[in-house]
Amino acid sequence: MHMLRRDKKDEEDGGSSNPFQNMEKSSVLQEARIFNETPIKPRKCCHILTKIMYILNQGEHIGTTEATETFFAMTKLFQSNDVMLRRMVYLVIKEMANIAEDVIIVTSSLTKDMTGKEDMYRAAAIRALCKITDTTMLQGLERYMKQAIVDKVHSVSSAALASSLHLLSQSPDVVKRWVNEAQEAATSDNVMVQYHALGLIYHIRKNDRLAITKLVGKYTRGGLKSPYATCMLIRIASKLLEDDDAGNDSPLFDFIEGCLRHKSEMVIYEAAHAIVNMKNTTARELAPAVSVLQLFLSSPKPTLRFAATKTLNRVAMTHPAAVTACNLDLENLITDVNRSIATLAITTLLKTGSEGSVERLMKQISTFMSEISDEFKVVVVQAVRSLCTKFPRKHGVMMSFLSSMLRDEGGFEYKRAIVDSVIVIIEENPEAKEAGLAHLCEFIEDCEHTSLATRILHLLGREGPRTQNPSKYIRFIFNRVILESAAIRAAAVSSLAKFGAHCEALLPSVIVLLKRCLLDGDDEVRDRATFYLRVLEQQQKALNSAYILNGLSVSIVGLERALHHYTLSPSETPFDIKSVPLETQPITEQKKPDMLPSSRPAEKPSAPAQEIYAEQLAAIPEFASLGPLFKSSKPVELTESETEYMVRCIKHTFANNIVFQFDCTNTLNDQLLENVTVQMESGDGFETVCQVPAACLKYNQPGVTYTCVSMPEDATSVTGTFTNTLKFIVKDCDPNTGEADDDGYEDEYVLEDIEITVADHVQRVMKPNFLASWEEVGEDNEVDETFALSAKTLEEAVSNIIGFLGMQPCERSDKVNEGKSSHTLCLAGVFRGGHDALVRAKLVLQDTVTMQITVRSTDPTVSEVISCAVG
Amino acid sequence: MDAPVLPASLYTVKAIAILDNDGERIVSKYYDDTYPTTKEQKAFEKNLFSKTHKANAEIIMLEGLTCVYRSNVDLYFYVIGSSQENELILVSVLSCLYDSISQILRKNVEKRALLDHLDAAFLAVDEIVDGGIILESDYSNVVQRIAVRGDDVPINEQTVAQVLQSAREQLKWSLLK
Repeated sequence: MHMLRRDKKDEEDGGSSNPFQNMEKSSVLQEARIFNETPIKPRKCCHILTKIMYILNQGEHIGTTEATETFFAMTKLFQSNDVMLRRMVYLVIKEMANIAEDVIIVTSSLTKDMTGKEDMYRAAAIRALCKITDTTMLQGLERYMKQAIVDKVHSVSSAALASSLHLLSQSPDVVKRWVNEAQEAATSDNVMVQYHALGLIYHIRKNDRLAITKLVGKYTRGGLKSPYATCMLIRIASKLLEDDDAGNDSPLFDFIEGCLRHKSEMVIYEAAHAIVNMKNTTARELAPAVSVLQLFLSSPKPTLRFAATKTLNRVAMTHPAAVTACNLDLENLITDVNRSIATLAITTLLKTGSEGSVERLMKQISTFMSEISDEFKVVVVQAVRSLCTKFPRKHGVMMSFLSSMLRDEGGFEYKRAIVDSVIVIIEENPEAKEAGLAHLCEFIEDCEHTSLATRILHLLGREGPRTQNPSKYIRFIFNRVILESAAIRAAAVSSLAKFGAHCEALLPSVIVLLKRCLLDGDDEVRDRATFYLRVLEQQQKALNSAYILNGLSVSIVGLERALHHYTLSPSETPFDIKSVPLETQPITEQKKPDMLPSSRPAEKPSAPAQEIYAEQLAAIPEFASLGPLFKSSKPVELTESETEYMVRCIKHTFANNIVFQFDCTNTLNDQLLENVTVQMESGDGFETVCQVPAACLKYNQPGVTYTCVSMPEDATSVTGTFTNTLKFIVKDCDPNTGEADDDGYEDEYVLEDIEITVADHVQRVMKPNFLASWEEVGEDNEVDETFALSAKTLEEAVSNIIGFLGMQPCERSDKVNEGKSSHTLCLAGVFRGGHDALVRAKLVLQDTVTMQITVRSTDPTVSEVISCAVG
Repeated sequence: MDAPVLPASLYTVKAIAILDNDGERIVSKYYDDTYPTTKEQKAFEKNLFSKTHKANAEIIMLEGLTCVYRSNVDLYFYVIGSSQENELILVSVLSCLYDSISQILRKNVEKRALLDHLDAAFLAVDEIVDGGIILESDYSNVVQRIAVRGDDVPINEQTVAQVLQSAREQLKWSLLK
């Protein structure tokens, strides 16, 4: 009775309170002194060990001294024979192995337990022992480990095998000697021992193809009872198939296919997964895998449904037709309680659906959109976007779907995804442009997100003037000027100015509207209005282009630094905008929409590589006089991978010089290289100015050496090839200590050639309004040439030209419309020295591609250089 | 996208976690350096908990990982693996973990009981997965290897009051007979 009452009181006091919650680390470690008392009180000690485990598990930091003290006190507990206590001791030993010092003192106690009679101790003792041991100690334990691996007690054998695998990375040579014992263990009738033995053998023999083939051959004929081991074998077999490029008539494939009829679901799924992920599978081979996955789709277990949907989603990327059979089952899943399954089902369906079924699917999704969270709505939006690229003709349905989603409630991320999608669709499909812009105009009428509104206003300014009826957008834009916050008003003013600059018919009205903005309460809005008004009133196309339609193309960080530098040293010369590094245009690559909602968050944007290079180069006195860095290339490997020395080169272009940066790595652990330089020879007029050697190159520590060359005197010859030799002094050294001999000898190593192309002299620049820039530069330095290209298709020709000139395609002219036989490519860039360069290439496809290239530039040599580059 | 197929390896499990109904960790063990610091681990657990505590859906993709989970009253059990891992293998580990704990707590799977048997819970996790390798998948083997002790306290560790109490009980029972 008494007890009962107390229990009740306890519960009321702190119903769910956690006795471990408010422990002090120091007091727990104090309590650990009780370990030294005799006789040992197992229960109490066990409780204290649990407390220590809890503290460690919560991630609290325990200092080395404290840990070592506790660790030593704990060794006393080996005197007790309480099983639970001993097991807790092992556990804490493992946890503290990396914190405390001198942990190897328990080696003998653990070895005794490992070889002792008490089976309860042995397995856990092995695992604890292997955690604290090192390569030298391991030699002494080898005999016991070999015995343990083949022990008849399953847990002991499993523990020894698993621990051996952990040790393999640390002391491979020792563990490799145990492979015979592992092979014996693999014949065990215990499923886990079999699994661990197979795993260990595979890891030891991984690089021995013949042995692995034999291993797989042996077990594919039968003999594996463990489903885990069978899954493992399927993975090994499919890797062998992939490496061999063996056809699907191979016995290995038969084995994997046979596993589709295994009794364990785990194995069936693993086999189906393996078949789906094989390269070059045909629809016929996929069919059995797809049909087992289809069965899983209606399983009551969520995990099974999830796994099947996810795998089918993958099949749909490569073989949409193979999945169509499952469409009915997938449609049942789009209302699944598990959101992950529902989302995967939808995206799979959207991939497999034919053009005809799109409308029906979209209808189905819209009924269910309101039920799912924003995160998954974003996934759906992305799926719709990719669908739009696939079926451009369906843009009407997609657009109205997206616009109805825009009107719905939703968070910023969701709205942004929709706006992004609409913008992408507009850019890819000119037919959707008018409708898309109209939807966006409607959206900004009632948009609470400033950044989205400014983005849309910017887009309207760019695309609106070039539509058939630009005047209808003006009303939407000017409404923003009246109603919105300062940031949006400023964006709207810029947008208005673009209409004025592009459409002469609208100019008078735009001027009237801008004049009204002159009295705006915000400085920025007023400044912009005044500026644009002044430019527009000049009515000069060149000014319009330079200041309204195509803004500055310099890097903002670079501009800030250059201006700061300029203000530090007052001088009479005006600030030169050409000395500011240009903004590096990201190379336009199609970003693959991420279909899975929760892949890792994108890497944080790092500082642009060129800024880092610029700082590194500026720190080297030899290069101080070269001026600002114009462009840095991507790294190029100059050696095969896995050779003695690995070298990669980055080309840094300056106004009159090129600096080659060589990142070298020495992969020989018995050599030390000193005074490393790269000797560059060229027959094309480039002269080596200076070299900055890497003083010392230790094993596996990258070092940098630079070679600076000057441009040829003839301004039109800018391309060339360099032959390169790595020169250095070799000193032999002790691989273990890294201590080098005193004397070395000179040696050299031939590297691959480096090419300097026109692209190295040109920086990409995006001109949002190419035509205006074209007019701005004018025809003073125009060069016209006609070439016959070797390319077979227009796409190939376009990508070749872009790669060759290293210029930025404008007006999305890098995309060739299908079925057309002619195409115009517009490229913009800035040539070394700050000269604008524009290229218009007209391509005609007959049997091969003929190109008429027109180059305009602010400098005649530049035009010549560029026009010659392609031929 | 990342490689769709995992290399054959025994290293299967990236982490095991048991959280309470506030998303605080009770037991958690990470086997590789996906989340190297405790801070990152706890942030991940918070995120995981916020996504899973409402819907009992058994599986979720999170931060590029596959997490399978199961809950009871105020405890949440998680097993975490690579997104390319065979989900069914992870579920088998989860079942083993859950069933072992359930057996240890005599089917009374709740936070209070777990805290009373925290030592056994640590040992169970240690027996099921060793450094990322699945060591045992049969819960009866796990429970047997831990050898949970009974509730009776050995005589030399009892307090005077406890001894008197048990003596009184015994006397009472003998009288009742």
